[in-house]
Amino acid sequence: MITRKVTRKWEKLPGKNTFCCDGRVMMGRQKGVFYLTLFLIVGTCSLFFAFECPYLAVHLSPAIPVFAVLLFVFVMAMLLRTSFSDPGVLPRALPEEANFIEMEIEAANGNVMAGQRPPPRIKNVQINNQIVKLKYCYTCKIFRPPRASHCSICDNCVDRFDHHCPWVGNCVGKRNYRYFYLFTLSLSLLTIYIFAFNIVHVVLREYRNIFEHVVSLTPHCTVLEVLVCFFTLWSVVGLTGFHTYLISLNQTTNEDIKGSWSGKNRVQNPYSHKSIIKNCCEVLCSPTYPSVLDRRGVMLEDLSSPTPSDASAASTHQSSNPVSQTTKSSAPLIPNEHTPDEAKPGIGSGTQKSTSSPKEEKPPSPTSPNAVAPAVIKESSH
Amino acid sequence: MAETHSLQDLRQAAVASKVFVQRDYTSGTICKFQTKFPAELESRIDKQQFEETIQTLNNLYAEAEKLGGRSYLEGCLACLTAYTIFLCMETHYEKVLKKIAKYIQEQNEKIYAPLGLLLTDPIERGLRVVEITIFEDRSIGSR
Repeated sequence: MITRKVTRKWEKLPGKNTFCCDGRVMMGRQKGVFYLTLFLIVGTCSLFFAFECPYLAVHLSPAIPVFAVLLFVFVMAMLLRTSFSDPGVLPRALPEEANFIEMEIEAANGNVMAGQRPPPRIKNVQINNQIVKLKYCYTCKIFRPPRASHCSICDNCVDRFDHHCPWVGNCVGKRNYRYFYLFTLSLSLLTIYIFAFNIVHVVLREYRNIFEHVVSLTPHCTVLEVLVCFFTLWSVVGLTGFHTYLISLNQTTNEDIKGSWSGKNRVQNPYSHKSIIKNCCEVLCSPTYPSVLDRRGVMLEDLSSPTPSDASAASTHQSSNPVSQTTKSSAPLIPNEHTPDEAKPGIGSGTQKSTSSPKEEKPPSPTSPNAVAPAVIKESSH
Repeated sequence: MAETHSLQDLRQAAVASKVFVQRDYTSGTICKFQTKFPAELESRIDKQQFEETIQTLNNLYAEAEKLGGRSYLEGCLACLTAYTIFLCMETHYEKVLKKIAKYIQEQNEKIYAPLGLLLTDPIERGLRVVEITIFEDRSIGSR
């Protein structure tokens, strides 16, 4: 009996994301800085638990290491949640949808003289008495929803795009912004905590003059921890403060950098509730938005019978929808390490199509400048 | 006797065209679809019926995204457990999505399939559009 490997939808997703655990984990492309973040946090905390905590637990209180452990677990949970979850990626338009939108655009633009550049593809929408421009994404072939933006590192349009953070190795968008914020907040608390207790430890030792228990390695560890915490403090606490400011105004980093709602020409943020508490509640306590990517759904293969899939919604529509769901999207497939070998020759014909699409991506407006803040914002404006 | 299509018959029918109902962003970023009646469906379905379907969908999505005591409670509880509670519990949004899927299935069976149309759940298109597939009307002299 031949066991056929089930193809899940994440294997065929366009974009430059990395997937692990059979589609359960989704990350950005470059993971080096993420490993550094992990190393710094785990390393510093290990040194703290190994060298400071025994002393502090005995001479001050056993609650100190207990609280540190809880804080550390929370920080790690938030970091992994931010890094491994779908930030709110918008799936690319399937061919029929893309054609439908193209026809609408052509109908709206009328006849363009030969040699003349066609007008930029923009839709104007009025939100809360404010005109918001929706731009067309040439890669995803959709008009981007308000507040969405295309991340050039991950090659996806992300809903409520904040920024692409190399420290967490993923984009920060609608679905994982609260985890990102809680990560920076709890990391600030953890850093301050470790920093403070290192100082306390050094001071206590000075006053008690205990030399017989001192392991020669201990003072070096304390100095190392203090150094790491000192540099982390400035960047992480600053970042937390900045994001607290953004949340209270219901703005994204992307909008702040571009100055979308800076107040020039009486332009105001139409998404803000004009109340700090309401804005905070909306950003941090709104219902958790589901992922629309369906990474673990099973792709129907032409030869095999449909196998039961995890996504219940996908299974009910696989039986009723006569249009085959194995239709590959018109956006060029970028083969990555997860592309099954039999799909690669098929992609060869697809890449020929893709060589023409970068020509379409001529940005009519200048690209946005890179941010100076620790978070790198790379977004190509189409 | 009028010949009506059932959901099973549609699987063999040929797709004539597709209509895409876009999102309505006038109320902000909440999930809402335009209730404007597409011209391509004029000969197939009653305008009132179509608008009612879309409006019900909009109401269901509004229920999913509602900011209220319940969502705050869920958010705070989840935060306290470092969001591990979602490993065993379904979020409110997911529960409403299941309701929506059932509603669309029901609408397809009762109203749209007999008219040779098929609604696709917006979640399968990234909550961007409501895709309506128009099938070739093979029945001669029906309705």
